[in-house]
Amino acid sequence: MRNKPQVTHRPLPSEITPLATYLNRRQVLAGLIASGLLAGQQAEARGTPLKYAKNPRMSLKESSNSYEDITTYNNFYEFGVDKTDPSENSGKFRPAPWTVTVSGEAAVTGRFALEDLIKPHALEERIYRLRCVEAWSMVIPWVGFPLGDLIKRLQPTSRAKYVAFKTVMRPSEMPGQRFPVLEWPYVEGLRMDEAMHPLTLMAVGLYGETLLNQNGAPLRLVVPWKYGFKGIKSIVEIRFTERQPPTSWNRSAPNEYGFYANVNPAVDHPRWSQATERRIGGGLFAPRQPTLPFNGYAAQVASLYSGLDLTRNY
Amino acid sequence: MPRYAKPALFVLCCLPLLWLTLRAIGVGPLQLGPNPVATLIHALGSWGFRLLLLTLCVSPAAVIWRKPALLKLRRLLGLFSFTYLTLHFLTWLILDQWLSWSAIARDIIKRPYITVGLAALLMLVPLAVTSTDRWLRRLGRRWHRLHSLIYPAAILGAIHFWWQVKADWREPLLCALILASLLAWRVAYRHRQTRANRQRTPSH
Repeated sequence: MRNKPQVTHRPLPSEITPLATYLNRRQVLAGLIASGLLAGQQAEARGTPLKYAKNPRMSLKESSNSYEDITTYNNFYEFGVDKTDPSENSGKFRPAPWTVTVSGEAAVTGRFALEDLIKPHALEERIYRLRCVEAWSMVIPWVGFPLGDLIKRLQPTSRAKYVAFKTVMRPSEMPGQRFPVLEWPYVEGLRMDEAMHPLTLMAVGLYGETLLNQNGAPLRLVVPWKYGFKGIKSIVEIRFTERQPPTSWNRSAPNEYGFYANVNPAVDHPRWSQATERRIGGGLFAPRQPTLPFNGYAAQVASLYSGLDLTRNY
Repeated sequence: MPRYAKPALFVLCCLPLLWLTLRAIGVGPLQLGPNPVATLIHALGSWGFRLLLLTLCVSPAAVIWRKPALLKLRRLLGLFSFTYLTLHFLTWLILDQWLSWSAIARDIIKRPYITVGLAALLMLVPLAVTSTDRWLRRLGRRWHRLHSLIYPAAILGAIHFWWQVKADWREPLLCALILASLLAWRVAYRHRQTRANRQRTPSH
């Protein structure tokens, strides 16, 4: 049986692997696993401890969901459409070495090794709500840094009105990509002001450790006031665009999933209500909870959308 | 048909329910997962619909394999299907909606997939009630006409299954295809029977 994670243990600085070393080790491990010398373990897998600071001002006071729930109940169709597929089928996925391509309307473009891209950024822990469009939710202690800080370094030009993201395309390691459930690779995008917002996070870990494959290793987006599908995983490309970029779910079902995808109990999905949600981990006898406008982040983000008809721009 | 056939089938039909109960209680490694209510509702509906399809397989099987004795199993399968589907509905009503009648009424009216699902279940109620031999005798020919309600019920059930899909359309698609085949077989069979009857009776 899996051990319950010890949330309260804070590793000593001497115990923590610097990110660059961790990424190099993962490279070696991945090589060993690929060569068959080491069995890939996903059932008991944990990430590598990260060095980070807590950010209580940007965190919820609610208690987080368990590590087990967060890492075994996932929508990541690149690994299969069942909730348990990502944790079961992502063993072959190698998140290191990792390159991120920056392109489009920016002064700083090119291919970057992940460790170089994120080295200047101090990691923080942010405890955020995540609300899936399917009407379930979790509280997750992410570790990452504000996307806005990264964007400032990349110096987007005045023509950059949007930021577009792309997930890696690797059908050999991501079995779900062999089926056209969605158009692969997965793409997402944000308006520039949404991307620059202090809440928007580039996440590299959760629960103080690097992301497991099923949670979008090694780099993913977290936009807590939007439905979870906006949180694109395993990012390989960041592109600054003048026009609104295509997003995968909107492409798949434009009458059901919009570009904005702001959590809104007053705007239902065409086929089911968005007024309530089920908090994961509550068990068989926990009632549903009312969904909050902007997933409870209205005070911080509602002003971004003043004047916008949220029913039409879902 | 061997005498143990019905009891054996009875036990088999109970197994999914037993397995779900063990998972709900959390016996050993068995569990319903992080979203137990959704998992339970889905599993009960899924098994209920599979049993409904199995019920619809009985008549074609009896004809094709020339084993009219198989028809004795139809009621058992039908009632188990009804049981699973009722539990599916009750789980939604109690564990998901917590008997919040205004929310439930709103869902039934505003969510087409729920409207259709409830309609399908309601159609099965008179079928379950009149499933006994006494009712069969009482209603005679009308019993068969009443029980043809299973066809619209199954079709609405398939639509309900399809409309609640988030992304995994594999099972609803498979069920729809199987249902379509079973209905098509019946249409073809009726057509053959009518033609055979017309040939036997010379036209006046």
